[in-house]
Amino acid sequence: MTTPPVDAPKLPEDVLIRVERLTMRFGGLVAVDDVSFDVRPGDVTALIGPNGAGKTTVFNCITGFYKPTVGRIALRKSATESWLLERLRDHQISRRAGVARTFQNIRLFGGMTVLENLLVAQHAPLMQASGMTVLGLLGTGGYRRAETHAIEKAKAWLERVDLIDRADDPAADLPYGDQRRLEIARAMCTEPVVLCLDEPAAGLNPRESADLADLLRSIRTDDGVAVLLIEHDMSVVMEISDHVVVLDYGKKIADGTPKAVRDDPKVIAAYLGVEDEEVEAVEREIEETGA
Amino acid sequence: MEYFAQQLVYGLTLGSVYGLIAIGYTMVYGIIGMINFAHGDVFMVGAFLSLIVYLVLVAIGITFVPIALLLVLVIAMMLTALYGWTVERIAYRPLRGSFRLAPLISAIGMSIFLQNYVQVAQGPYLKPLPPVVTGGFKFGAAEGFTVNVSNVQLIIVLTTIVLMAVFSLIVGKTNFGRAQRACEQDRKMAALLGVDVDRTISLTFVLGATLASVAGLMYLLYYGVVDFYIGFVAGVKAFTAAVLGGIGSLPGAMLGGLLIGLIEIFWGAYVSGAWKDVAAFSILIIVLIFMPNGLLGRPEVEKV
Repeated sequence: MTTPPVDAPKLPEDVLIRVERLTMRFGGLVAVDDVSFDVRPGDVTALIGPNGAGKTTVFNCITGFYKPTVGRIALRKSATESWLLERLRDHQISRRAGVARTFQNIRLFGGMTVLENLLVAQHAPLMQASGMTVLGLLGTGGYRRAETHAIEKAKAWLERVDLIDRADDPAADLPYGDQRRLEIARAMCTEPVVLCLDEPAAGLNPRESADLADLLRSIRTDDGVAVLLIEHDMSVVMEISDHVVVLDYGKKIADGTPKAVRDDPKVIAAYLGVEDEEVEAVEREIEETGA
Repeated sequence: MEYFAQQLVYGLTLGSVYGLIAIGYTMVYGIIGMINFAHGDVFMVGAFLSLIVYLVLVAIGITFVPIALLLVLVIAMMLTALYGWTVERIAYRPLRGSFRLAPLISAIGMSIFLQNYVQVAQGPYLKPLPPVVTGGFKFGAAEGFTVNVSNVQLIIVLTTIVLMAVFSLIVGKTNFGRAQRACEQDRKMAALLGVDVDRTISLTFVLGATLASVAGLMYLLYYGVVDFYIGFVAGVKAFTAAVLGGIGSLPGAMLGGLLIGLIEIFWGAYVSGAWKDVAAFSILIIVLIFMPNGLLGRPEVEKV
């Protein structure tokens, strides 16, 4: 369980995650159908598509929530370390493979303080330093150093997301936009190689969205962490992503640079087509009720 | 006044024992939302293990009481912790993710199993322990009334206070405590942040069992007898205490334990000894009618 499976595939150096022929069925419903794409290291990769396209399902497969019906997801953590993500148990996805994620809805530990939220994310290294909790209680040197280091790292992140003044407040008391940033900081405290964000800009105002884009760019450039995101806010997607993958009805319909994807007729059809139908449906309803 | 103070001493002692057991209920409920009905029997096993370890120590010649008791405490804690861990491992973990009632039924089965196991292994009769800790203090002789506090009572209350302090420290300040609170709030998220949820749950059971074993030792020292059935009554009372204090809340469990102990003793002293259990449970019901989350429980916030 602790060593990478022998059949973990050798990925080329410029691929961080390779999703291969991923299919996820729920009973008769095919949520994701034969999807393959690569996430390159140091890229911001956006996963977009109309509602129900299967984006979150792909995320859930990558982060171990679902076991794919078919297909595999390989991650190249370093030159010598590769993992098949669908074989890892949930806490190992973060610990061993270095995948961190956030959810569409905020899932902070509301009853704990802002700082504690970031310390929970560093549980694994602290646990290692303490051996077991008993040693931690006795305050052995190694553990105390690790704890100091953990607090410093947490504080550095709080500075970066501009929440240092609220370090000791319960996380639930923060305004919505701050909670979003705190979630990203918490995910980053696990020292991931890839950060998976499920609609990080949802519910943010334009100013907060711009801050978020800055933060994500800084994570990619300064920390060298790849970002994989699902996003509906196209301004954010077009602004920060290096690579866009478009899903529609569970199938991949486009894959490329933001510009190429934006001009792709299939993408336009998927987006506008759906929206046109909706518009027409609403128009019909209005007419009917009016008449 | 004299009578009242004396009853207060009894009540605090009994309440301490209930409180120690109640913590095991409340912690397990907090982290996996399940009532561990076998916890009372883990307490009983702790009492038996304490007795056995003590007798073995005496047999091999360790008779100096403080040393012997300390050894009993440590060894019984470890052995009972092993029971707690095993119970979780074989009876609850395989059922995680199953429907809600499954672990509950499994817990009741575990409770019956432990009772019968001890009954068969140790016999159905009361097992006595000769008084180990004797003597005590008299308070208030100068003011014209005397209150007796035995050394055993003092040990029980002091041990409880110390353990509670250590415990609050573990849950509030350590890495394990943080992981435990995180798992209470959102197990899946905790796992995604690298917390080994299964291990955290196991440790929670181990800690609960450890405290139950201390309660078992205290019970043994105080009453001087144990049998296979003590776990049931004490377990139900401690569970009541946990609910009264607000299940899921550690200070609540301790407060609830003290209250149940005090109510029981005072009712027995001033009203009627035969109805003391009725009194304790009636008060529980009344409190729950007006404060459904218990005294210190947090209201459940519906997630939208």
